[in-house]
Amino acid sequence: MTPPRRRRRLPEHEQPPPPADAGRQRASKNPERLYVVAGADEDGARAALDLVTLIVARAEPPPSAPPEQVAVLRLCAAPLSVAELSAYLNLPFSAMTVLLTELLTAELVQARAPIVRQSIPDRSLLEAVMHGLQRL
Amino acid sequence: MDFNGSDTIPGPRTEDHLPHTAQAAVKIVIVGGFGVGKTTMVGSVSEIRPLTTEETMTQAGIGVDDNYGSESKTATTVAMDFGRISITDQLVLYLFGTPGQQRFWFLWNGLFEGALGAVVLVDTRRLEVSFDVIGRLEERGVPFVVAVNSFPDGPRYPLPELRAALDLSEEIPIVACDARRRASSRDVLMTLMRFLHSLAMTGSLT
Repeated sequence: MTPPRRRRRLPEHEQPPPPADAGRQRASKNPERLYVVAGADEDGARAALDLVTLIVARAEPPPSAPPEQVAVLRLCAAPLSVAELSAYLNLPFSAMTVLLTELLTAELVQARAPIVRQSIPDRSLLEAVMHGLQRL
Repeated sequence: MDFNGSDTIPGPRTEDHLPHTAQAAVKIVIVGGFGVGKTTMVGSVSEIRPLTTEETMTQAGIGVDDNYGSESKTATTVAMDFGRISITDQLVLYLFGTPGQQRFWFLWNGLFEGALGAVVLVDTRRLEVSFDVIGRLEERGVPFVVAVNSFPDGPRYPLPELRAALDLSEEIPIVACDARRRASSRDVLMTLMRFLHSLAMTGSLT
């Protein structure tokens, strides 16, 4: 029996534009959920948050904080990724980033940016991950 | 969503808290068709019970994929399971199991762009499901390895035959695995890391 066959593709030198605009379009076409949770204005800039940006609370929730902010601040008393916050709070990733942008603007949380793949790769980073996996 | 009962919102178990020293995270994407074992692989190596992040795809999805034929305003919820491995006190690795259809990828900012690399999980019963995924990764310049998840009723092709069928160049690793087994899934991730390391040594990682 012979398996089906694929044809190789070449890298595209021009990458498609990043999806930030798509996210904003979605938000404006389907605003209910985002507005309820975050109250963000339509053109409100969002912080550049990755799924694995680590979020850490910088302060106790102020008495005036809405419940969803209190929930985030409680959850990230210890560092927690945006993906984990989204999962625990049962919020879509896009709504989560709006909520976190508010908290970042209010300086109630700190964001620790992820290490992303780079054109000049960091071999020591790769080696650290390998050593970590070997201990599993 | 009612946040007023925030005392009842489930959070990480005490033993699942990251240390305060955690400074940065990296991610690896496990991509493949439905039912190929992505979540199984994530779960077998994750130190936390796999979690799910969701995104809602509305009309903005139209035009991204020609097959998206629905004219109605229905919103599709796309879920992605993920897990976590603490590498050091400072560094955390996240694993994301991602649907193979590219129209879902834009839902999460930089899912592939920032990832260290990807594992394409393949089911020999439905090999062609992975063709498009592999092509997309090639186009985007995302380094990847191929892992063949062994199903008891799946056809067993020799790896060279699979390499030819998937039209993989010689340097791209292809390995057999059992995604249910922690050691096997760990070995797949190690294969990816060694591949990335070799690319870094030769300076060909873009």
